[in-house]
Amino acid sequence: MKRRLWHFHGGLRLEGHKDLSMHTPVTTAPLPARIVLPLAQHIGAPAEPEVKVGEKVRTGQRIARATEYVSAPIHASTSGTVVAIEERAVPHPSGLPAPCIVIEADGQDEWIERQPVADYESLDPSALRNVIREAGIVGLGGAGFPSFIKLNPGPDKVVDLLILNGAECEPYITCDAMLMQEHPRRIIDGLLIMRHALRAKRCIIAIEDNKKVAHTVLVNALQKHEAEFIEIVQVPSIYPTGGEKQLIKVLTGKEVPSNGLPIDIGMVCHNVATAAAVHAAIAEGTPLIERIVTVTGEALDRPRNLVARIGTPFSLLLEAGQWREADTAEVLMGGPMMGFVVPDLGVPVVKTTNCLLARPRSRPHRQPAMPCIRCGQCARVCPAQLLPQQLYWHAHARNFDRIQDYHLFDCIECGCCAYVCPSHIPLVQYYRFAKTEIWAQERQKQKADRARQRHEWHLERLERRKREEEERRRRKKELLKKSKAAGGDAAKKAEIEAALARVKAKKASRQTARANTENLTDAQKQAIAAVEARRQRLRKGSDSGGDAQ
Amino acid sequence: MSLPEQSLHSSPHLPPNNSVRRMMILVILALIPGLLAQVHFFGWGVVVNLVLAVATALGAEALMLRLRRRPVLPFLGDGSALLTGLLLGLALPTLSPWWLIVTGAAFALIVAKHLYGGLGYNPFNPAMVGYAMLLVAFPREMTAWQPIGGDSLGFLDQWRYTLTGQLPAGLDYDALTAATPLDTLRTALGMDLTLHEIFTRYEHLSPFGGHGWIWVNLWYAVGGIALVALRVISWRIPAAVILTLFLVATLFALPDPDLRPSPWFHLFTGATMLGAFFIATDPVTAATTPRGQLIYGAGIALLIYVIRTWGGYPDAVAFAVLLMNLATPTIDYYTTPRVFGEERR
Repeated sequence: MKRRLWHFHGGLRLEGHKDLSMHTPVTTAPLPARIVLPLAQHIGAPAEPEVKVGEKVRTGQRIARATEYVSAPIHASTSGTVVAIEERAVPHPSGLPAPCIVIEADGQDEWIERQPVADYESLDPSALRNVIREAGIVGLGGAGFPSFIKLNPGPDKVVDLLILNGAECEPYITCDAMLMQEHPRRIIDGLLIMRHALRAKRCIIAIEDNKKVAHTVLVNALQKHEAEFIEIVQVPSIYPTGGEKQLIKVLTGKEVPSNGLPIDIGMVCHNVATAAAVHAAIAEGTPLIERIVTVTGEALDRPRNLVARIGTPFSLLLEAGQWREADTAEVLMGGPMMGFVVPDLGVPVVKTTNCLLARPRSRPHRQPAMPCIRCGQCARVCPAQLLPQQLYWHAHARNFDRIQDYHLFDCIECGCCAYVCPSHIPLVQYYRFAKTEIWAQERQKQKADRARQRHEWHLERLERRKREEEERRRRKKELLKKSKAAGGDAAKKAEIEAALARVKAKKASRQTARANTENLTDAQKQAIAAVEARRQRLRKGSDSGGDAQ
Repeated sequence: MSLPEQSLHSSPHLPPNNSVRRMMILVILALIPGLLAQVHFFGWGVVVNLVLAVATALGAEALMLRLRRRPVLPFLGDGSALLTGLLLGLALPTLSPWWLIVTGAAFALIVAKHLYGGLGYNPFNPAMVGYAMLLVAFPREMTAWQPIGGDSLGFLDQWRYTLTGQLPAGLDYDALTAATPLDTLRTALGMDLTLHEIFTRYEHLSPFGGHGWIWVNLWYAVGGIALVALRVISWRIPAAVILTLFLVATLFALPDPDLRPSPWFHLFTGATMLGAFFIATDPVTAATTPRGQLIYGAGIALLIYVIRTWGGYPDAVAFAVLLMNLATPTIDYYTTPRVFGEERR
């Protein structure tokens, strides 16, 4: 049966260059002598080291734990000794160093005892998510969002459709295609686990139609009863079909709301490699310590796909692809449309490293930018249906209020606009700049707001103290007057009693209200309550091994 | 280990598949059929106009770039000044004196383009600003069109006339020039003639447009459609101009066929097609949102009809385009398209 497909606005038909790295089967990259594991390889809070310098670790051992909900633990990707916990160069567009754990490998690759889950169907989804969380699994398609969160639809949400994204629409990248070709069952088994965690009704594995082999292999690997709820769909190879929102539109005709998530329309989308990692975590008890990396580009003699341990230096993988260093203009992490230039090739493979692209000098490709002529070619290709020319105009003018009217934050930075721009304006760079500026301003504003509020509270407290003091004095005077008038013991007695009552009241109030929260706004009280609740949960979580709820 | 000459620019890292120069060159190529038709019907005057206008435009561009301390070669090579010169040259009457052409082209480039910030920043179509300025300042010289099928000058005679104003012996200025079809129509309607009488009295007019002008317009349309097919220009602006002009002209012509020329006449006379495909679509000054482009095109067509029918000038493309240029920012602001995932409005 041919499934009906929809279109998303814009997009580009790009030359794939995928053959380059698909001639050889996936091979295992050599084990490096030294492994560098950044603590932030995912979206969310960095993991917190649990090992000390000098400690011996084994392969698969957790060496940094997630201390917040949106975070992921890090595991030693080979056995050896922790030799440093310090800032190192990491693969990040900013080029700034970040905290890493460095392990001197002992070459033994001695594993911890792994604990596979024998029968995942008997496990309740929350326990299953916890195993996945503890395995350090994050989205392997490139964004690196902790996967267990996307396997948690929440109590009142029904998941109609679970989509496995095997579109892999960026040129040059083939790690997902090779995985689908070589290990279809790992993907399908991972999908079944995810389906169980989400209680999803239907599943689709979406593959771009330029990956015919992968499609056939997956179709053949599907068992008869599975085919009743799993559909393997070919989608047109139009960049960026692999974008989550674009893929959902193509498959279902539905649009994920602007500022929303797929779950808002009853869908969840995971990458195929993530599914395989989930399968490894459940069926073998293996945490995420390696991934397939496409090592490709015209500056390599033997472009290929390699299974690399997380933490392996880029240079080692490039050498395995017989890299012609002298011939290389630049090395990108990721594809040519969304990847970034890596200035230091000693940086390690992280969980989101899907591709290393070495580009030869023979390709001059930067041309000086000209003024925008507002031709609208960018708007024609924008898959988010934005007006890139207006966004550019306001970013250029640093008009950050106006640029949000034009939905800057719906931009997925796919690069289509910059690719077709006749004036060669680095449009995406402008949008990233504007986003960063707006975030910074927001933080500044929050800080200023807090400071101002604190100051106001302070003034209020001073005022109150003064008022109370005056009140006290006034009452005392009155009492004195009264006692003079009455001139008897009764007045004195009353005074003593009143003082006693005051002390009592003070004691009582001290017991009920721990902190001086009575002057806070409701929102603030709620925030405090939420923090308290989180603390409680964390306390409980660390006791019981941490359910990911 | 780091690479020398590394470049820390942002994605995407593919070579761009487009350039301003490529777009301008395609527009210029698409002008050629109409341009040749114009040369065929009006003679060497068109060529002389183009040469003078382009030379002045390029010279003025280079001068302004130098004065503004901008790189001269990349901007001169982008083809935009060349295109402005061509469009102005095509719009000017064939018996224009040299100073008229030079003044117009220089004004277009220096005032309308560079004083407003150069490529990408000018709010008004430079060629049309040049044309409108000439029309206001030198109304008599701006009517010096030759009649189609009348006497035309040889190549050298044309040059001599344009540069010195001297006609070959035996030729007389008044015999060489004639009012354009739109001008003739205006004057004749002003004398209370009906269209039927006009078309019988003036042989160069027909209910479908001025002779020759029909062909010129058709060839411009052919080039324009090619540009739409190549996606250099959007179909929206020309389609809106043509359809709206057609509808409005039909609306007025149906009840009053003796006084209001048919929609075909409006479409195939004057600068309608040149305007619809090549002038209104100037990206810098046109509306840029999809709905905005439809409104912008429709507005131009409405103004063309209004000015041609009730206004003070026989043709109206330049003024219509300039007036709508004025409205462009507002149109764009109120026609922002629905973003992916936003509620349908």
